[in-house]
Amino acid sequence: MNIGVVVFPGSNCDHDCAHVVKDVLGHDVTMVWHKEASLAGLDAIILPGGFSYGDYLRTGAIARFSPVMQAVKQFAGDGGLVFGICNGFQILLEAGLLLGAMLRNRSLHFVCKDVYVRIENAATPFTCVLKPGQILRIPIAHADGSYYTDPVTLAGLQANAQVTFRYCTADGKAVPEANPNGSLDNIAGICNAEGNVLGMMPHPERCVEALLGREDGRAIFQSMIMSLERKKLAAAR
Amino acid sequence: MPLITKDLIAQHNLTGDEYNKIVDILGREPNITELGMFSVMWSEHCSYKSSRVHLKKLPTTGPRVVQGPGENAGAVDIDDGLCVVFKMESHNHPSFIEPYQGAATGVGGILRDIFTMGARPIALLDSLRFGELHSPKNRHIMKGVVSGIAGYGNCMGVPTVGGEIVFNDIYALNPLVNVFCLGIAKKDKIFRGTAAGVGNPVIYFGSKTGRDGIHGATMASDSFDDTSEQKRPTVQVGDPFTEKLLLEACLELMERDLLVGIQDMGAAGLTSSSCEMASRAGNGIELDLTVVPRREPGMTPYEIMLSESQERMLMVAKAGKEDECIAVCRKWDLDVAVVGKVTADGILRVMDQGMVVAEIPAKALADDGPRYERPYQPPAYQDMLTNLNYDLIPDIKDGNGALLALLESPTIASKRWVYEQYDHMVRTNTMVRPGSDSAVVRIKGTNKAVAMTVDCNSRYCLLNPYEGARLAVAEAARNLVCSGAAPIGLTDCLNFGNPERSDIMWQFVMAIEGMKDACERFQVPIVSGNVSFYNETNGLSIYPTPMLGMVGLIEDVGWTMTQWFKSEGDDIILLGTTREDLGGSEYLKVVQAREQGSPPYLNLDVEKALQDCVLSLIRGGLLQSAHDCSDGGVAVALAESCISGSGWTRGAVVTLTKGRLRDDAVLFGESQSRVVISVKPSQRQAVLDHARSFGVPADVIGMVSGDRLVISVRHEGAEECLIDQPVSELLDRWAYAFERSLNHV
Repeated sequence: MNIGVVVFPGSNCDHDCAHVVKDVLGHDVTMVWHKEASLAGLDAIILPGGFSYGDYLRTGAIARFSPVMQAVKQFAGDGGLVFGICNGFQILLEAGLLLGAMLRNRSLHFVCKDVYVRIENAATPFTCVLKPGQILRIPIAHADGSYYTDPVTLAGLQANAQVTFRYCTADGKAVPEANPNGSLDNIAGICNAEGNVLGMMPHPERCVEALLGREDGRAIFQSMIMSLERKKLAAAR
Repeated sequence: MPLITKDLIAQHNLTGDEYNKIVDILGREPNITELGMFSVMWSEHCSYKSSRVHLKKLPTTGPRVVQGPGENAGAVDIDDGLCVVFKMESHNHPSFIEPYQGAATGVGGILRDIFTMGARPIALLDSLRFGELHSPKNRHIMKGVVSGIAGYGNCMGVPTVGGEIVFNDIYALNPLVNVFCLGIAKKDKIFRGTAAGVGNPVIYFGSKTGRDGIHGATMASDSFDDTSEQKRPTVQVGDPFTEKLLLEACLELMERDLLVGIQDMGAAGLTSSSCEMASRAGNGIELDLTVVPRREPGMTPYEIMLSESQERMLMVAKAGKEDECIAVCRKWDLDVAVVGKVTADGILRVMDQGMVVAEIPAKALADDGPRYERPYQPPAYQDMLTNLNYDLIPDIKDGNGALLALLESPTIASKRWVYEQYDHMVRTNTMVRPGSDSAVVRIKGTNKAVAMTVDCNSRYCLLNPYEGARLAVAEAARNLVCSGAAPIGLTDCLNFGNPERSDIMWQFVMAIEGMKDACERFQVPIVSGNVSFYNETNGLSIYPTPMLGMVGLIEDVGWTMTQWFKSEGDDIILLGTTREDLGGSEYLKVVQAREQGSPPYLNLDVEKALQDCVLSLIRGGLLQSAHDCSDGGVAVALAESCISGSGWTRGAVVTLTKGRLRDDAVLFGESQSRVVISVKPSQRQAVLDHARSFGVPADVIGMVSGDRLVISVRHEGAEECLIDQPVSELLDRWAYAFERSLNHV
């Protein structure tokens, strides 16, 4: 597979995502400069974490105007897999590829620590090797991660099983104490109605090697690769 | 043009003699721009005029040293064609005046020092000193500094992986913000700040020049008084986003073989970067200010040359490569302009609108500043500090209470509230997160890791600056060794009061001697550093704080060790000898409210044997955990080993031998050269035999067991239990004390 990692000015988890795809999972990676207009030849797109344009304005609010985002919209519209992590999630929200918005963390501080998330929908291309209700321990690192949306949209997300991850306790309870940032309904990640665009605040790319402590994040990347392989196989038939 | 008056000279912090020297060098009176340029370059901050004669004594060479002091940062070989590039710098004065921006630009400055050398920064550590948290003002400074470090470092995508924070009211009006950064570079691709090659273009890139930070270096070279807060305009404002672009642009320029030399514009801005690069190459530089990108119209040459606007760089490109350099900078949306060229005459010549506005021999400005051998002698109060009659201090009655009080004291308590605000995992290298003896990051593409620690017990340094500095070197090395790393290099950040006072100068000279002796014994070279004098307000000086940042190499990532207990049933062994070392201890301060006595005894040969032993045990795969005994002694070390694991706790049952010692010295004394280790029972004998072969005393003192920490003391066959606490209680006090002291006052 050839996975594209978009580099916005101020992206800083781009190398980390590339490391996972290339060095850990053994696939090709292409760094995509934000001024690119075409994503031809790429099998999936990752929008990495960081502080695009410094995030001095609302997070992701300027990055959505980068030329590459038109191509990303097209790519997603054609059914391609688009995966936004942290700042990438924020950009997907601003670009309208996912519904909702991010508020400042409840604590008003940046927070970097391990949290637990529960798999709410194991049928997406990004979670297909996981089981519903499975619990992963993954780090978060953000100042603006409090997910918010209006009640109607929230009801829609819930009804369509678009809530993909919820913050939970170590034993899987999605209670307020397990919510690290004040997100509505403990939401840690959502997908679009078609399931091919996913955004999540936790950083799965930070936990794919036992050397760094845990490998819980690996399953998400493996799901993505497996989905792509299935798709290729189906197309070949 | 203003006439140079005595007042004007004094306002520029220059003495009459220094001014006369300027006139001698120029062969005429300087104009105001030239006076300004001399004043910043000859400031204590830039010229090291009081410290240089003593700094020369420090050992700076060794087989691994690729770059010693004198460049933007030091570099040490870690094999595989790679080297680590590191330095520590202070941003104390600005952080008191404006905590957020002061700390943020401190981070920005040290990052530029590292990537200017061609290294990608991979880790930051901070060493901070504040007044006690009961004062709202101290809390304000602490919170501002932490936010500033977080705001800048997080945005840059460089993880803040460790550090230390100490609270003492002596720092209330002079907080210390010392930032350490480490980067990785190819050994044959180190860049230096040199303006070689006459005719080569000099290119400015980065942010525009504004009126901020003018005289920052001079401000940092003066003591504070009640009006210091009015100096806020001398503090720069940081823009981490532009710095991130600058970092990527620099590394891309360096990949492409376009550059001759490069230097960041830190203190003294365009003046220092141009004259230092010219001086190193024995050349001159001609600058044209007309084309310097600027934020506002109407800036004078004086302002442009002295501005300390952040996120700016000066490079000397290979002739003919200008366009390629400019294209890279534009790709990253940076301002860029060819502002001059390298000349052969050794003169820094500054032009504006076709007129010469300054003309100074570059070497005279950069390197021929004044040198002082300031007088030094111990202060009269020194004996009062060290003379302490222990008979007047009652021995401990409530061991539980004392342990809890120590675990709750902000200096010892968990700094989780702080480091959770720092992104400590970005770049996915962090093997040991904040909260162990040292931070460990792996080096991608190798099987290696580097460990880093920042250390200095300034109370020890107050009580005996020579011993205090030796102890700081020993503790830093011990922290690295407990993580499985062999120390390979050191950077220092020497924070002191006013060097024009003989007692302060004595502290400085003694500290240098102590560092020298310890570094020579451990064979750890000092490859970079920084001196911060004038940490003094209204005549009250900080404790002498020679902060050390030490780097160690773990040649096999499998040797990485952590401080927390791992498994039920493991044996606990204390390596080293416990003496009656209560002087200067955290226990005396927290429980007895005394900062007195002589600091702990240290024998460098004993320390070296201990460190060699621990490293050998770790490499032999014989240890489960290793934790250095420092603040709070063996009792606190044991407690930390029980509670500092990530997501779990362990209990321990321990019996210590009292001998002729006081109980409080056994529990909380800070005897050096001691490490608490835990080992599998099957390895116990091998570990004891191993220790014996190194001549290191080793006592099996207990076992990892249950959910309580129980410490008894054995005296003439009888055992007395002095501490018995549920581990959950220890954890609660230690983990949340910091937040409680912020929220409940």
